[in-house]
Amino acid sequence: MAFTSLSDFIAMGGYSFYVWLSYGVSLLSIILLITNSVFKRKKIFHQVEQRIQREQRIKAAENREDIL
Amino acid sequence: MWKWLHPYAKAEKSYALSGKLMPWFLVIAVPTFFVGIIWGLAFAPADYQQGDSFRIIYIHVPAAMMAMGAYSTMAIAAFIGLVWQIRLAEMTVAATAPIGAVYTFIALFTGAAWGKPMWGAWWVWDARLTSELILLFVYLGIIALYNAFSDKILAGRAASILTLVGVINLPIIHFSVVWWNTLHQGATITKFDQPSMATEMLIPLLIMIVSFASFLGFMILYRFRNEILQRESHRPWVIALVKQSLKNNKRG
Repeated sequence: MAFTSLSDFIAMGGYSFYVWLSYGVSLLSIILLITNSVFKRKKIFHQVEQRIQREQRIKAAENREDIL
Repeated sequence: MWKWLHPYAKAEKSYALSGKLMPWFLVIAVPTFFVGIIWGLAFAPADYQQGDSFRIIYIHVPAAMMAMGAYSTMAIAAFIGLVWQIRLAEMTVAATAPIGAVYTFIALFTGAAWGKPMWGAWWVWDARLTSELILLFVYLGIIALYNAFSDKILAGRAASILTLVGVINLPIIHFSVVWWNTLHQGATITKFDQPSMATEMLIPLLIMIVSFASFLGFMILYRFRNEILQRESHRPWVIALVKQSLKNNKRG
């Protein structure tokens, strides 16, 4: 262990601002990248789902017209 | 001999294979991330000149290395895509670009936050920094170009060509610290000599590099699968996949 206490660890030998800024921004960027990728996947699934349902509705409507 | 490779030119097979490989990259990326970050932040000894500010290295160097690794991946994929007309390779280019851009941004940002206490400036127009900034712009250019076309086949080809043009920047970044007199320090690990770094500092760095590399692999596969789904969204296999997920959601 390079530090003697927790406050010592957070202080980062006087460089706390720069060290934690770097780690914080990097973590945030990675989280944004993951969120964006997951969101994209969900969006594609949602689009295909809507298309399937629309096609089903159209088919159902066509069937009703046949009866009339 | 190479016949076993052939089915993977089919999107459906590639989708399934990358789905199978994905968790393995995560299995490597997550534990190495925690071990590397805790080791680097709390257990590695402070630098005798830079004190604790040197701990930024544990994200700065892996991000910078893998920013270039991502670009090399894209360049190889772009070449394959253009020469052999393999669409999946062009999708790999499109899938990798945003990850490379994020890594490059991290490298630049952590570099600035490290430069401020050490050099006294957030930014200097030094050869290494400038060429890295150009890399970020190239990444953004590729992403923008890919999104500019609604015809994704054309978009993939255009993005691939731009990727190959941008390759010229890679050796410039790597050798910038040698060719020009710069503020940025020279290579510490990627040289043929012994690495000029103490072992206790080097091991967590190598662990972090492994972590960033496998996370890159995971993210490429994930976004590659997105690209396939998007482009094949009218194909029966994608529709079947979505129907299956709908059923699972209703049950759960």
